[in-house]
Amino acid sequence: MSDTPHSGTLARLIYMANQIARNFCALDHDAAATATADHIAQFWDPRMKAAISGKEADLSDVAARAFAILHEQGEPAPQTRATVFNDADEGGRSDAG
Amino acid sequence: MGYAKQPDFGTPAVRSDRTVTLSIDGREVTVPEGTSVMRAAAEIGGDIPKLCATDMVKSFGSCRLCLVEVEGMRGTPASCTTPATEGMVVKTQTPRLEKLRRSVMELYISDHPLDCLTCSANNDCELQDAAADVGLRDVRYGYDGAHHLGQAPDLSNPYFLFAPDKCIVCSRCVRACDEVQGTLALTVDGRGFASKISAGTAEDDFLSSECVSCGACVQACPTSALMEKSVKEHGKPERSVVTTCAYCGVGCTFRAEMRGEQLVRMVPWKEGKANRGHSCVKGRFAWGYANHKDRITSPMIRDSIDEPWREVSWAEAISYTAGRLKDIRAQHGARALGGITSSRCTNEETFLVQKLVRGGFGSNNVDTCARVCHSPTGYGLKTTFGTSAGTQDFDSVEHSDVILVIGANPTDAHPVFASRMKRRLREGAKLIVIDPRRIDLVRSPHIEAQYHLPLQPGTNVAVLTAMAHVIVTEGLVDTQFVAERCEVDAFEDWARFVADESHSPERLEPVTRVPAEELRAAARLFATGGNGAIYYGLGVTEHSQGSSTVMAIANLAMATGNIGRPGVGVNPLRGQNNVQGACDMGSFPHELSGYRHISDAETRALFESDWGVTLDAEPGLRINNMLDAAVDGTFRAIYIQGEDILQSDPDTKHVAAGLKAMDCVIVHDLFLNETANYAHVFLPGSTFLEKDGTFTNAERRIQPVRRVMDPANGYEDWQVTQLLANAMGLGWDYGHASEILAEIARLTPTFAGVTWERLCEEGSLQWPVNEANPDGAPVMHVDGFVRGKGHFVVTEYVPTDEKTGPRFPLLLTTGRILSQYNVGAQTRRTANTAWHPEDLLEMHPTDAENRGLNDGDWVRLASRKGETTLRIKVTDRVAPGVVYTTFHHPETQANVVTTDFSDWATNCPEYKVTAVQVSASNGPTDWQEDYAGLAERSRRISHEAEGEPAE
Ligand code: SF4
Ligand code: SF4
Ligand code: SF4
Ligand code: FES
Repeated sequence: MSDTPHSGTLARLIYMANQIARNFCALDHDAAATATADHIAQFWDPRMKAAISGKEADLSDVAARAFAILHEQGEPAPQTRATVFNDADEGGRSDAG
Repeated sequence: MGYAKQPDFGTPAVRSDRTVTLSIDGREVTVPEGTSVMRAAAEIGGDIPKLCATDMVKSFGSCRLCLVEVEGMRGTPASCTTPATEGMVVKTQTPRLEKLRRSVMELYISDHPLDCLTCSANNDCELQDAAADVGLRDVRYGYDGAHHLGQAPDLSNPYFLFAPDKCIVCSRCVRACDEVQGTLALTVDGRGFASKISAGTAEDDFLSSECVSCGACVQACPTSALMEKSVKEHGKPERSVVTTCAYCGVGCTFRAEMRGEQLVRMVPWKEGKANRGHSCVKGRFAWGYANHKDRITSPMIRDSIDEPWREVSWAEAISYTAGRLKDIRAQHGARALGGITSSRCTNEETFLVQKLVRGGFGSNNVDTCARVCHSPTGYGLKTTFGTSAGTQDFDSVEHSDVILVIGANPTDAHPVFASRMKRRLREGAKLIVIDPRRIDLVRSPHIEAQYHLPLQPGTNVAVLTAMAHVIVTEGLVDTQFVAERCEVDAFEDWARFVADESHSPERLEPVTRVPAEELRAAARLFATGGNGAIYYGLGVTEHSQGSSTVMAIANLAMATGNIGRPGVGVNPLRGQNNVQGACDMGSFPHELSGYRHISDAETRALFESDWGVTLDAEPGLRINNMLDAAVDGTFRAIYIQGEDILQSDPDTKHVAAGLKAMDCVIVHDLFLNETANYAHVFLPGSTFLEKDGTFTNAERRIQPVRRVMDPANGYEDWQVTQLLANAMGLGWDYGHASEILAEIARLTPTFAGVTWERLCEEGSLQWPVNEANPDGAPVMHVDGFVRGKGHFVVTEYVPTDEKTGPRFPLLLTTGRILSQYNVGAQTRRTANTAWHPEDLLEMHPTDAENRGLNDGDWVRLASRKGETTLRIKVTDRVAPGVVYTTFHHPETQANVVTTDFSDWATNCPEYKVTAVQVSASNGPTDWQEDYAGLAERSRRISHEAEGEPAE
């Protein structure tokens, strides 16, 4: 067993990151990159995050920038309300599926 | 609990702000204005004899049994059709009334076979009761005149029979079908004495008619003319227990009527707040799977999936499983383990599975099938409204003026809610349907959609943006609502975006294929037609832009001011019975119960101290990523409760490869499902009739599920999870589901005020139940959005990467039908197969002709991912270029062809768009044959002690 994903998984992760970035395209470049970074920080498992260096040729500019933000600055603050979660003692909101 | 029929007040309850007070037999009673004298009498415990009236349907006044005397009124009016008025003085029992009633009864009885003693409705028959009530002792007209005796019963429906000789032509069944169900399948043929009930087809039987087998007519029938076959078989029930349907997200409540440990019938509970006494064929009739011969009741294990199964004791199965899990964890770390919770199991069971994964396995790799249906609802509504549950309760539809249905097929997927919607449409509400397929709602008796926009699959966002364009550019925005309730900057950005000429219906028509004029008219109607409500389903969420579509819907509702009161709102129609509950209970890899992120230290501390464990602070893997990681070798064991991911998840081959790569697959289910073909441990599950617990429906309504019989496998599902947890050293000691619920309430602020005792007493509670809402909260966002102001989100249309081309020129979309449920594991094992024996591919006549295909031909359905074969149905329900199928049968394996594209935000798979080609075929594909071979090998069970195959 190794911790490096096989090429299928890597390609899929790159695709996922690009797709997230593409859906934030209504925002300007920096905001879109920060929103993408926030999304990945909140929803991806550590091995998925670790699999991408940010240097992959197939990453879009926004997605590549998002990984740079994660590596250089760590998790950004919530960028959309989708990544604002309830506090420990808070009830009422839901992001039920 | 003994057996008593549900009370019947004779006529439906009336809603009115004004009341009237009258006197009945010297007793005063106050009722809402418009209430019948019959109902008023019933409310003070009176019981006026009746035959043609029941509180399910409007009164009709045909039997003349319910006569009363009213001071100052001439004659003897029928109490069921006479409204109570202020100061009225009513007598229900006088010598004159007695005489009149007795002669009415005599007429009925003389045309009725007097075989009460051998009739299956004996002691459960309103005709019998009425005869006794009026003191009828003998009949003057004799039994030899013309009568309806000797007519053959109609046994065509698998669940109920129609015996015309027992029919008293009271028309309760006809009215129930019209008013309650809205199918209008029945008529009274002929007049006077010759009249009879007819299902109105050439064969004139129920099965071949429009009847959808909801059973409302059976429930309405006062005699044994329409009766459940199960009552005939098992006899009259002797006790009843109220419980909740385990099929869909409507959450109908039922009385399970029992005789000993035998379920005799399920009767919708009139006090059920979701269903108000109605049900569909699945909940009422399709419970026979519990005793199906395929049900597995002993645990089984095997070291490799090439071996046959070996039946073992519970103790051996559990210690074997725990041993394997511990070994894998020791070798590969906690993050190599995970689990899937079930939207079909109870809140308590779901909560325990995620507790086992997080606290016992030590990872956050837990996911649930909501991933594949409504995860985009969560994301989209949370972003726009700040909370993501649907905004209304089901009652809200009674106040809607314009109903917009997009990507949902309620008559098939949410039938009881659809009946309520249809009732409102018959009262005059307008309907807009946005769907690639002409769903039944578009045209059904007395209902015709004002607009049906048959869009190209995958263009939801473009259509909604074009509608928004019309609303903004034609000045139809509710500016006051937007100014008061929404973030104005975000609104202005959005308005600028949608107003751009590139988003006009005319410009987008080539993409959406919706005629621009129709779209404009529909947008105008929605914006100006009064209370506008949007209902949507999986045709919205299961796309690569599922989350964006949900946000576009929310934008539309806010721009037109349709939020925060009855009759409006954004309403996701959820699929499975407990999808809402599974999400609430912390089944997603990034959050604990009550939607608190796993990275929040304070939340983790709360759970850590309660559970005595340390939690991983990083989000876990989603289902599809678990499968990828399995192929990579970093994910090795999975505990799957009550889900069949091999059949229900997209890209079957990818799922199979992932499962096959794992060292330990544990399936906990009723049947050897398709996923179990790749399993090493099979733990038998229990049905909803065999357990206590709670389900939460699409309105956030928490309702009790009650055990009416002992589990055939020996344990309720949560008990099995507890056995496994304890074998892994967790030391749990729950004695009853209510203790788990208490833990949920302790750890989840939205559930703070929920207890088992309270649910049993009050029937249901809509969360949040906390200090601010001690009795729960039916409608949300009344005075303001849960979190601040409504937020408009610009939703750029990003076309899916799944594209048609010369090799795959058609678009496949998928759905479900009424009589079957999801992967069909339960419904396929009931008589519901009478309506849906196989999955069919619907294709437009032009496309069929171009390919030389005829209705009923076997065809090969191929995509870039794979191929399968099935038979086609040629129909103009689908537009040219679009084909449609269901996914209820494993032989079809429709998901062999679906792709692994998914929603950008939540990875909800794109089931609704696959580019395909269809051609003539003469038999199953290689994959189907290989898979059938594998399934057969894999399902072998060895009954020899040595583990040799028995077959
Ligand atoms: S079948 Fe039953 S409900 Fe229908 S008319 Fe006959 S007696 Fe009445
Ligand atoms: S079962 Fe339902 S649909 Fe069928 S005839 Fe009776 S009321 Fe109508
Ligand atoms: S399947 Fe749904 S609509 Fe049908 S009875 Fe059950 S909860 Fe009600
Ligand atoms: S019950 Fe009133 S007329 Fe039949």
